[in-house]
Amino acid sequence: MDKRTKILYGILLAGAVIAPFVGGYPLFLMSALCFALFACAFNLLIGFTGLLSFGHAMFFGMAAYFCGHAAKVWGLTPELAVLIGTAGAAAMGYLVGWLAVRRQGIYFAMVTLALSQMVYFICVQAPFTGAEDGLQNVPRGKAFGLINLQSTPHDPLFGVIPVSDDIVMYYFVLALFLLGFGVIYRAIYSPFGQVLKSIRENEPRALSLGYDVDKYKLMAFVLSAALAGMAGALKALSVGAASLTDVSWQMSGEVVLMTLLGGMGTILGPVLGATTIITMQNYLAGFGSWVTIIMGVTFVVCVLAFRRGIVGEIAYRLKR
Amino acid sequence: MMKRKLLSTLVTAALICSAGTATIAAAQQGKASDDVVKIGVLTDMSGVYADYGGPGAVMAARMAIEDFGGKMFGKNIELVNADHQNKADVAKNITQQWFDRDKVDATFENLNSAVAIAVQGLGKEKNKITVVTGAASSKLTNEECSPNTGIHYLMDTVALGNVVGKAIVKDGGDSWFFLTADYAFGQSLEKDTGDVVKAAGGKVLGSVKHPLSTSDFSSFLLQAQASKAKIVGLANAGLDTVNSIKAASEFGLTKNQNLAALLMLITDVHAVGLNTAQGLYLTEGWYWDMNSETRAWAKRYEERMKKKPNSNHASVYSSVLHYLNAVKAAGTDDTAAVLKKMKDTPINDMFAKGGKIREDGRMVHDMYLFQVKKPSESKAPWDYYTLKGTVKGEDAFQPLALSRCAALKK
Repeated sequence: MDKRTKILYGILLAGAVIAPFVGGYPLFLMSALCFALFACAFNLLIGFTGLLSFGHAMFFGMAAYFCGHAAKVWGLTPELAVLIGTAGAAAMGYLVGWLAVRRQGIYFAMVTLALSQMVYFICVQAPFTGAEDGLQNVPRGKAFGLINLQSTPHDPLFGVIPVSDDIVMYYFVLALFLLGFGVIYRAIYSPFGQVLKSIRENEPRALSLGYDVDKYKLMAFVLSAALAGMAGALKALSVGAASLTDVSWQMSGEVVLMTLLGGMGTILGPVLGATTIITMQNYLAGFGSWVTIIMGVTFVVCVLAFRRGIVGEIAYRLKR
Repeated sequence: MMKRKLLSTLVTAALICSAGTATIAAAQQGKASDDVVKIGVLTDMSGVYADYGGPGAVMAARMAIEDFGGKMFGKNIELVNADHQNKADVAKNITQQWFDRDKVDATFENLNSAVAIAVQGLGKEKNKITVVTGAASSKLTNEECSPNTGIHYLMDTVALGNVVGKAIVKDGGDSWFFLTADYAFGQSLEKDTGDVVKAAGGKVLGSVKHPLSTSDFSSFLLQAQASKAKIVGLANAGLDTVNSIKAASEFGLTKNQNLAALLMLITDVHAVGLNTAQGLYLTEGWYWDMNSETRAWAKRYEERMKKKPNSNHASVYSSVLHYLNAVKAAGTDDTAAVLKKMKDTPINDMFAKGGKIREDGRMVHDMYLFQVKKPSESKAPWDYYTLKGTVKGEDAFQPLALSRCAALKK
C-alpha cells in the first residue's frame, strides 16, 4: 500500500467514525454499510474471479432470516445471531458453489439464478419467514451480553454529543463491516487472490499451471457467500426486519448495479456504488415515482460514459 | 474521500429538502415546533401497488387537509410523502427519520403488509400514530398489534373471507371450489372463507393450489370446472387474481359458474375490463357510486386525478380527516390524547357511517359485496358494480374476543 492510498483509507475511516455526528442519520448509515459489504462480497466474485453470480440475494436474504430467527425466536445475542447468519450463508454457498462452479459464463449465472429462485419460493412457503409479512420486529439485544443496541435516546455525552443506541449499533455494524472489508482486502492481495485473478484472466492457463481451478473458485464463492450473509444478517439486526425483498431476484440485480456503478474489480468501487444507490433509494423517496427512473438513468449514463464505474474511472485517469 | 463528500452533500441536500421547512418553522416560533401538525403518507408510488395506493393516496390525504381548512392551531398543516419501493428497510429508514428528525406526528396508508408491520412496530417503539389502510394482513391487529399507536383502517383478510363467504351463500351460492395461491396468505384465506361458507350452510367441494405468480391456469381451471361448484373462490391476490379471471373467461368457466375474488379492487376491474370480469363477486369497504356523498367526493377526486378513486383512496381521506378532527378536539398532537379521541369519536363521513376504532386498533365499518356488471348494464365509465349485500361491521371483522393481540390480554 503506498502512502497516498494509506492517507485515503485513513480519511475514509475517520469519515466513517464521525459520520453519525456530522449529519449522517445512523439508521441510514447502517443500511449503507450493510449494502456496501454485500457489494464488496459480490465484487470479490465478479471483479476478481470473473464469476457473475446472479443469485447472491439468496445468501444475503437467507442470512437475514437466519439471523432474525436466532435473535427473535432463540433470543441469542446479536454477535451470535450474526455468526449464525454468516455460517448459514457459507454453508449454502458451499452447496450452491459446488454445483455452480462446474459451469462457466452465462451457464454459471443461470445456475445461480435458478437456485436463488428456488430459495425465494422456499421463503414464500416456509413458516419461519412469515412469507409476505416478513420476519418483523427483530430485537437487537445486547452485544456480548453487555452493550445495549436497542434504539432509545440517552442524555447527550458531555452534554453536547448526542448519543442514541442507534449510534452504538452503528459502530457495531461499522466494526463488522471493517472486519469483512479487511478479509476481502487481505484475500485479494494474497497469493490466493493472485490465483483468483489468474483464473479471471485465463482459466485454461491457470489450470495448465497446475492450479485446481474448481477448488479456488469454490473457495472464492464460499467466502463471497459468507460475507454477503454477514451483510444480510447485519441488515436484519439494524433494520429489525427481514423480508422477501431481500431474497428476490431484484436484489441480486441491485447488487450487480451497485458494483458496476462503483467500479467492478476495484476495492472501493462497490462501497461507493452501494452508498450511491442506497442514498438514492432513501433520499429520493420524497420525489414519488421518480426514484426508479433516476436510478435507471444513472445506470445508463454510467454504462455509456464511464464503463469502468466511478472509482474505476478515477483510478484510470489518475494512472494516466 | 469522494464517498464522504458525496454522502455529506447528499445528506445535507436531502435534509434541506425534507426537514428544512420544519426546522425553519421551529426556529422561528420557538417552542411551537410540536404544535405544527405534520403527517406523512408512505406508499408505493411506482411499483405494482401504485394504482392501488400511490399518487392517488397522496392526493386523498391532501384533499382531507384542504377540507379540514389547511390550518391547525393557526399554523399550516404539513404533508410529506415518500415512495417505499415495497422495501421494508427503506420504509423503516424513512419513517424513523420522519419521526426523529422531521417531527412527523402520524403516518398514513403504509400499504404492503411487510411495510405495514415494520412501520407499525416503529410507531409502537417511538410512540407515534400509524394508520394502515392499504395492507390486508390480519397480523396487524393480532400477533403484531400495537393498541396504543396502531390503527388498521380498511379491510383485513378475516373480513374479506367473512363478507364474501356469508353474503354469497345468502345470495344462493352455496357450493364452493377454491383456487388458492400456494403460500401462507392464500391458504389462510381459503381456510377462513371455507369455514365461513360451511358455517353459513354452504358446502366446500374441493380446492386446488396453484404456484405463486404462475402464468398457466388451465389445469387448475379444468378441475374447478369439473367440480360443478356454483362459486369458484379465488384465494389469491394481485396479478394472480387478474390472470385467473382472464383465463376463466377464456375457458368459458364463467358461463355456468361464478367467480368470487377475495382480494380485488375497482382499479383491478378497470384493468381487466367488464367483458372479462362480468359476473364476478368481490368485496370492498367502499364504492364511489353508493350515494350522493360518495359521488360528490369521487367527482372532486376525478377532477384532479383523471380517474375514479378506489376504496383505499377513500379510506386514506377518511383516516386523515378523522385524525385531524381528533387533534383539534384534543387540543394537542400528543399521541395518547389524540388516539383516545380517535377511538371515542364515531366515524361518520363519506367513507363510513358509524365506524368505530376498537381498542385493538381495528376500525370497524360495514363491508359490501358487489357483483361486476355486464357490459350492457354499465351506463358510464367506471359504472362497474351492483351492490349484492351489506355485512355489518361487527359481523364482518374478527370479534375482539378471538383477538390474538398479547397487549390486550390482562
